[in-house]
Amino acid sequence: MSSPALLEVRGLKKHFPVRGGFFARVQDWVKAVDGVSFDVYPGETLALVGESGCGKTTAARCVLRLIEPSAGEVLFEGRNLAQLDSAGMRELRRDMQIIFQDPYSSLNPRMSIGNMIGEPLRVHGVTGNGELERRVSELLEIVGLSAAYQRRYPHEFSGGQRQRIGIARALAMNPKFVVCDEAVSALDVSIQAQIINLLNDLQAQFNLAYLFIAHDLNVVRHIADRVAVMYLGRIVEVAPVEELFNAPRHPYTQALIAANPVPDPDVAQEGQPLQGDVPSPLRPPSGCHFHPRCPQAMDKCKEKYPDTTAMSETHSVSCLLYES
Amino acid sequence: MAETQILDEDELALRQPPESPLREFWHIFRRDRLAMAGLIVLVLLLFAAFAAKALTEWTVVFDPATVRLVDKFKPPMSAASTLLPAEDLPRGGIYLLGTDELGRDVFARMLQGSFVSLSIGFVAVGISIFIGILLGGLAGYYGNLRIFRLMTVDTLIMRFTDVMLCFPTFFLILTVVALLPPSIYNIMIVIGLTSWMGTARFVRAEFLALREQDFVVAAQAMGLPERRIIFVHMVPNAIAPVLVSATIGVATAILTESALSFLGFGVQPPFATWGNILSDGKGYIFDAPWLFFIPGMAILVVVLAFNLVGEGMREALNPKLRRRT
Repeated sequence: MSSPALLEVRGLKKHFPVRGGFFARVQDWVKAVDGVSFDVYPGETLALVGESGCGKTTAARCVLRLIEPSAGEVLFEGRNLAQLDSAGMRELRRDMQIIFQDPYSSLNPRMSIGNMIGEPLRVHGVTGNGELERRVSELLEIVGLSAAYQRRYPHEFSGGQRQRIGIARALAMNPKFVVCDEAVSALDVSIQAQIINLLNDLQAQFNLAYLFIAHDLNVVRHIADRVAVMYLGRIVEVAPVEELFNAPRHPYTQALIAANPVPDPDVAQEGQPLQGDVPSPLRPPSGCHFHPRCPQAMDKCKEKYPDTTAMSETHSVSCLLYES
Repeated sequence: MAETQILDEDELALRQPPESPLREFWHIFRRDRLAMAGLIVLVLLLFAAFAAKALTEWTVVFDPATVRLVDKFKPPMSAASTLLPAEDLPRGGIYLLGTDELGRDVFARMLQGSFVSLSIGFVAVGISIFIGILLGGLAGYYGNLRIFRLMTVDTLIMRFTDVMLCFPTFFLILTVVALLPPSIYNIMIVIGLTSWMGTARFVRAEFLALREQDFVVAAQAMGLPERRIIFVHMVPNAIAPVLVSATIGVATAILTESALSFLGFGVQPPFATWGNILSDGKGYIFDAPWLFFIPGMAILVVVLAFNLVGEGMREALNPKLRRRT
């Protein structure tokens, strides 16, 4: 990882106010994302994994500034997103795109496929009128659809086809960085494989960097270069994908991987599954957020949130077990 | 590889030339017989209204204002009296829908009134939809924006809507119309200004739901200007219930105008509207029942037609009911 990072996220926080009472005063804060830092390098896939509600999607949307972060910095190619005005932000949006989980709500039902994919091109004035249709056809063919579908409407397509359309739309501006927000979670397993392969091909073809949000570890193992594990708004472990799966360090990562079903009936499930639920981000446990569920919890875990410890140049973990 | 791919049925359907959304809408709408009946009535009415404008004002073929005291209370289809001077004779020498207490031709007056009713209906609803989409859209899209640290844009607009809803609208209109000089334009504007609340609520609700939809987030992620997101991506998706309520709103506006005219606050005589024909006729219910029966039936049929068409549109605009072929 010698090349400079495409995207640097430093101490990203998003706290949502909980309002109530007279004149809807702020009564509390939900710390959905609470100090997240990571890098994404050009052409790589960083997977963000964790249980539902741990803040994966919020973090990704803060990175794209679709949600305004409460604190922290997001640097894209060295430029701080928070300091850009709306014109600068619009310019930058060409380079960063998003693919959504639900292919049914991600396409405008009253817009034809061609118009939808051409929309960013038209607004950013990238192409002339004759050029536009040609580019849209090209995009449709890149994602494996017929260019003849341009005048069709979304409800005429199946889930997998819709996801391809969503990908074509994201690719329209030739982005460098794409957030895949659970991009395959809503699809059938066979379609999932197709879309994952498509994403892999596109990455090779256009040197895309992905921030791949998922909770299916088998998918992550297949597509990711590096993996960041999130728990309750914070990243607990970052490691290259094989290292993470073969030698997980954080007890939470170990539990996640142990809970991942192995497609072999003869392999016995090892380790014991995690007890309890994810605590409320409204009132996270003291100290290390994971200590109430951690099989290796110590007394000091209740008092102090662990700092990030570097296990190697590419592997870091936030756990008091490894803190010297 | 593409050649050997087996095409399933969906795939084949997609290869066929596409059907435009309008055609598809029409296909579904046409299957609803009541809505089609309503539509036919409305088309006829539209023709009648424009013909009426031409025939009663520009070239006077049917004169709604001629007073013929010899021909008072003639029932429908009766011939004109031979005592009438030639210039006062109705077209064809026959009163299609009879005459009123001053011997005026009810058919001519109904024609004149149809234009008034329709134009009041459309202009008033136009005003109310404009205000409704504007306020509802603002409340829905910028809802969380706080002003003065006290309340959100959403709270401000929706509480104002609630206040407007609390007024007994009809009495508000009565008061305003009593204070303003009675003219058809004032009535249009007043009805429009007091009937946007339903639309605003519809649009706000639609916008709240749409704002969370991924395709709106995608539009934001693509860096589209807010104006374009609202008007190109959101309004077309929010417009279906608005159109439906507008169609029904036209019916309500026609009723309101009739009621105002009936009470004498509406369009002033001698200009005829369905409401004041009805109002004039109420004194002669037993002697000349056609005087209230004709405008009453006209209002009933038109209001019913608008409602049926509205219902039919609601069905046809529902994308889930659309077929793939």
